[in-house]
Amino acid sequence: MANVTSSSVICCAGWEHFPHDADIGIRGFGATPAEAFEQAAVALTTIVTHAEVKPLGAVEVTCEAPDLELLFVDWLNTVIYEMAVRKMLFARFAVTIEGTRLKATLWGELVDVARHAPACEPKGATYTALRVSQETDGVWSAGCVVDV
Amino acid sequence: MDTSRFTCVDAITWRIEPHGAMRVPAIIYADEDLIREMDDKVYEQAANVATLSGIVQASYAMPDAHWGYGFPIGGVAAFDPDQGGVLSAGGVGFDISCGVRTMLTGLKVADIIPVQKSLADSLYQQIPAGVGSRGPISLDEIEMDAMLAEGAAWAVERGWGEARDLERIEEHGTMSGAQPANVSERARERQRREMGTLGSGNHYLEVQAVAEIFDAKVADVFELSPDDVVATIHCGSRGLGHQIGTEFLKEMLLAAKASGIELIDRELACAPINSDVGERYLGAMRAAINCALANREILGHYARRVFTHFFPACHLRLLFDVSHNTCKVEAHVIEGKDRELFVHRKGATRAFGPGHESLPEPLRSVGQPVLIGGSMGTGSYILAGETTAEDKAFSSACHGAGRALSRHAALKQWSGRKIVDELAEQGIIIKSPSMRGVAEEAPGAYKDVGAVVAAAEQAGLARRVARLRPLICIKG
Repeated sequence: MANVTSSSVICCAGWEHFPHDADIGIRGFGATPAEAFEQAAVALTTIVTHAEVKPLGAVEVTCEAPDLELLFVDWLNTVIYEMAVRKMLFARFAVTIEGTRLKATLWGELVDVARHAPACEPKGATYTALRVSQETDGVWSAGCVVDV
Repeated sequence: MDTSRFTCVDAITWRIEPHGAMRVPAIIYADEDLIREMDDKVYEQAANVATLSGIVQASYAMPDAHWGYGFPIGGVAAFDPDQGGVLSAGGVGFDISCGVRTMLTGLKVADIIPVQKSLADSLYQQIPAGVGSRGPISLDEIEMDAMLAEGAAWAVERGWGEARDLERIEEHGTMSGAQPANVSERARERQRREMGTLGSGNHYLEVQAVAEIFDAKVADVFELSPDDVVATIHCGSRGLGHQIGTEFLKEMLLAAKASGIELIDRELACAPINSDVGERYLGAMRAAINCALANREILGHYARRVFTHFFPACHLRLLFDVSHNTCKVEAHVIEGKDRELFVHRKGATRAFGPGHESLPEPLRSVGQPVLIGGSMGTGSYILAGETTAEDKAFSSACHGAGRALSRHAALKQWSGRKIVDELAEQGIIIKSPSMRGVAEEAPGAYKDVGAVVAAAEQAGLARRVARLRPLICIKG
């Protein structure tokens, strides 16, 4: 499954799921690492639901890790934590990365079981198939397997 | 997998000879069809585990093994603290102590059929399941600490279970050595409203019928007869276990990086058993085991209440409760010597054979019940531990069917609605908040559980006692 946004400003932004025997892989693409991280978080939400998630409330988060790949896992685990404790799903993400530190705003709403029909629950992002890199065409990608 | 990569020890034992950094061989138990169908990643991951410090005897993979993270799912490895042995958060997994319990109802299929639909509706309403669900229980700090220290015994003391259940749970319902103080605030926060919730993904509550008996003597001891109805619950330590796994995996990875240790796979990040982080992980992981034991005890209590409502004379009794994702200190005899080892089982069941001292007296003569979850269409199995499993894989056996297709591939192939309708025609009621979730868990996405348990029996890991067919499946 893949979804490429139609934004004319950033033509390379998008996300995909990739297969893993027991779990599921997610990958985001963007013009910058921050944008790839945002798109990967959209892929994370899409593990749970294909229904519309309304950006009704905002949550601020920060995380820190020694390199971009570990920061990516930390970012996803931070989103998973907020989903779990707030019983929310998030639709939009604004990420800024400065050095080894990430700040983000997540917009979403409370889980509505009837409307979202949540398929499964991400337990944690793993270091399996973890890769954050800039491809030869300049596009950044960020992906790993998520335990569900 | 290409079988020529292995030394074929016998029809069911495939050995990867030590090469590169491997300290011991890796052994996969599977018949030829299962091994051919297994992902190459199982080979790679079983071999990687064999490179870890202090590993004893071999790195093992069960017949249901599939691609995991770091360890294969279905992986078993034991480590000796006196030989630099390690603890691996990835070797236990995120859903710490995820496991299965089966309860005897004393009912027959004919009792269930007239109320099957309303029983399914009632269970679905009473058992909090799926993303966004909350249980009625909320824990303050004192109760959280007590739950993390005492496990299922805590649940029983609070009235969510029965004292006689405890002897039918591994560790008698309380994992000793738990250190609630090692459990972070974030892990506690994830659990505060999740006690007594089923979770989602492959977690379920099923009402099942005994469809076939393989070993009448053992079935008699387990009190299983044809057409008997049992209730089985598959779930784990919920958000608390996930958070502990996440935090310690990161800490172990950063510690390895800081020490300049090159990991063959980041997911194999580990710490010496005799180290600060190793000891802290052990205390936290044991607390998460208690969380899972308490959670299954509470869910069992909820199921008991629903059954009693429909059948006032019915009283659910626990057959047994097993855990799949654990690291436990166990005594094993290695080359004639008693050794205390830290046995990691990642998607594998402890399977003690007849005579093991930890088994409750009524079960001791026949061995531990080994509860194998299949898929919602094909059914499940109850096995009994074999004495031979001690030499084969530190008394371990498989844990389920194991996936044959990814969720991704399953979604492309099946529609959830169609699966629900087809299973309804076979007399199986599926209740789930998500048709997509049902499609991802489609029976066809799993390996043939019958082949997996036959291989486990042939390998001497556990012997088949009974096959169960589903009547009702509540999926999160």
